[in-house]
Amino acid sequence: MYTYNEFDKSFIQTRNAQFRGQVERRIDGSLTEDEFKPLRLMNGLYLQLHAYMLRVAIPYGTLNGGQMRQLAFIADKWDKGYGHFTTRQNIQFNWPELKDVPDILDALAEVEMHAIQTSGNTIRNVTADHFAGAAADEIADPRPVAELIRQWSTDHPEFQFMPRKFKVAVTGSTNDRAVTRAHDIGLRMVKKDGVAGFEVIVGGGLGRTPMIGKVITNFLPQEDLLPYLESIVSVWNQIGRRDNKYKARIKITVHEHGIEEIRRLVDERFSIVKGTFSGIDQQRLAEYEKQFAAPEFTAKSDAGFKDAYHNDPVFRAWCDTNLAAHKADGYSIVSISIKKHGQTPGDATSDQMRLMADLAEQYGHNELRISHEQNVILPHVHKSDLPAIHAALKTQDLATANIGLISDIIACPGMDYCALATARSIPVAQEIATRFEDLKLEHEIGNLKIKISGCINACGHHHVGHIGILGLDRAGVENYQVTLGGDHTETAKVGDRAGPGFAADELVPAIERLVDAYLELRTGKDEEFIETYRRIGLAPFKVALYPEAQADAA
Amino acid sequence: MSKPFTPKVVTANDLLKGDVIYQTISGWCRDLADAEILRDEAHADLRLIEGSQQISEVVGVYLMDVTVYGSALTTTHFREEFRATGPSNYAHGKQSEHKQEVV
Repeated sequence: MYTYNEFDKSFIQTRNAQFRGQVERRIDGSLTEDEFKPLRLMNGLYLQLHAYMLRVAIPYGTLNGGQMRQLAFIADKWDKGYGHFTTRQNIQFNWPELKDVPDILDALAEVEMHAIQTSGNTIRNVTADHFAGAAADEIADPRPVAELIRQWSTDHPEFQFMPRKFKVAVTGSTNDRAVTRAHDIGLRMVKKDGVAGFEVIVGGGLGRTPMIGKVITNFLPQEDLLPYLESIVSVWNQIGRRDNKYKARIKITVHEHGIEEIRRLVDERFSIVKGTFSGIDQQRLAEYEKQFAAPEFTAKSDAGFKDAYHNDPVFRAWCDTNLAAHKADGYSIVSISIKKHGQTPGDATSDQMRLMADLAEQYGHNELRISHEQNVILPHVHKSDLPAIHAALKTQDLATANIGLISDIIACPGMDYCALATARSIPVAQEIATRFEDLKLEHEIGNLKIKISGCINACGHHHVGHIGILGLDRAGVENYQVTLGGDHTETAKVGDRAGPGFAADELVPAIERLVDAYLELRTGKDEEFIETYRRIGLAPFKVALYPEAQADAA
Repeated sequence: MSKPFTPKVVTANDLLKGDVIYQTISGWCRDLADAEILRDEAHADLRLIEGSQQISEVVGVYLMDVTVYGSALTTTHFREEFRATGPSNYAHGKQSEHKQEVV
């Protein structure tokens, strides 16, 4: 993992001291809210429905046991004993008081964390594949590059007052687990003639105008990465729409000018910018690569694992659902579900955080990851340790075998917390998960991604859910629109709107009818929901969702 | 003809704690039941201005609609209902706290 150098430490200390002064001046009345708001947002502090909310970056989703333990400490000391992991690999504390925030930021700095650029019209926390450095299908670990982008984008003088926020995601695998096609810039590592480089995708985004990103270059040599990114952001920074907040994101710029024109402008800019890079970025990258070197994997017997797998059906179900293929023999990637049926997706208590920190330290080379799907990953676990890990997870309600299943739902905080929300998300997720748990159907249903947003800003990625749910305010009542057939991977697609929205109490029965229809219509258990949808399209599912419309037409 | 004026309450978030507060005749309270009910448009506008001037105590001041039944006061929109009680996934926020005068 990356370790702060003296520059990083003093940079964070200086920023924290500045913010402490700003908070003091706000409290004593020297600063108005209009003056203070941009300052607090630069440091990740929002004011939500019931309280302030502090959004802390977990760069490219990586943290160690000590960092996780410190998040637990913060949750206990200054919050209500829990934190909320988000779809952009941040953690949000929902209840801090203004006067305590400088102390929280200092506590974060102790473990080399901060909340800088988790808000505002800046380049936000760089996200990455949550299996980075561990996945069997990976070309290379994308995190050194993600760290390079983080260093470059943090406090970059050209990019502090942009038309709107800007999000970058990177994956080191051709299998996209980082939703790169729904980011302002997505980077997907690819190989050409045996050399690793990047497919660069630009102008993706969800929100009120969902767009799948377009490929601006299908192979960018790694050494050109920063000057090329700088050229893209620079072009958008100049021609992006500052006149209209809703048209300011780069997806609109790409849409209005066309990808060919954007490519031409970026190439033109690149010819100037490239020369300003002296090569220091590549020296830094080489240093980061050393810091992210894979741990030493050992060869040992996995007989204990095999015994437990054959003898314990609960353990077996968990393994079948929550493990992913690791690049090293005898190892697995463990996804810890923090979505026990009925719990709030993405929330972890301080006790749960401490247990996960302990497990990372004891069994997982001191590494943890946060996924955009709001779960926690132990990326490097030897199979022989899995029975002990599973037993420990059970003690804190963390052993739910539902990764990738219908109850592994992405949900934004919605109107339970968020000042922007138009309806609640969390209770919808809770009800769907509980309902299908009662039916004992989710393993039969198989892979199915439900994603829920409580407003059109789409933090819950509903556009790219196999089943997407969008909560709206219709004449003062919560109402939920359903989209179908969305895809968040390398074959990304925006889902199709199914029809009129549902009242809150009609929604779960509608989802149940939809799933029943899928079980009827699939060719077999091997055909996942999304595959059935691609084969037969929207119409049969529409019949299931709106039976009364069919009856009326008959 | 313009819409008839409906009863309102001045609401905001507390600067220090960030929680939801309502204007009273003499200051601010945390329980909607204690809020000053504004039945006259001109008076409501005046009270909104007065609340907005207290920049060292409150943030995001606005007028919210309420329904008055006798002496009872209820919210008219679900967003205000959540602000008045707290989130639905945990018993946090107002639903778990006692009445408390702020200023």
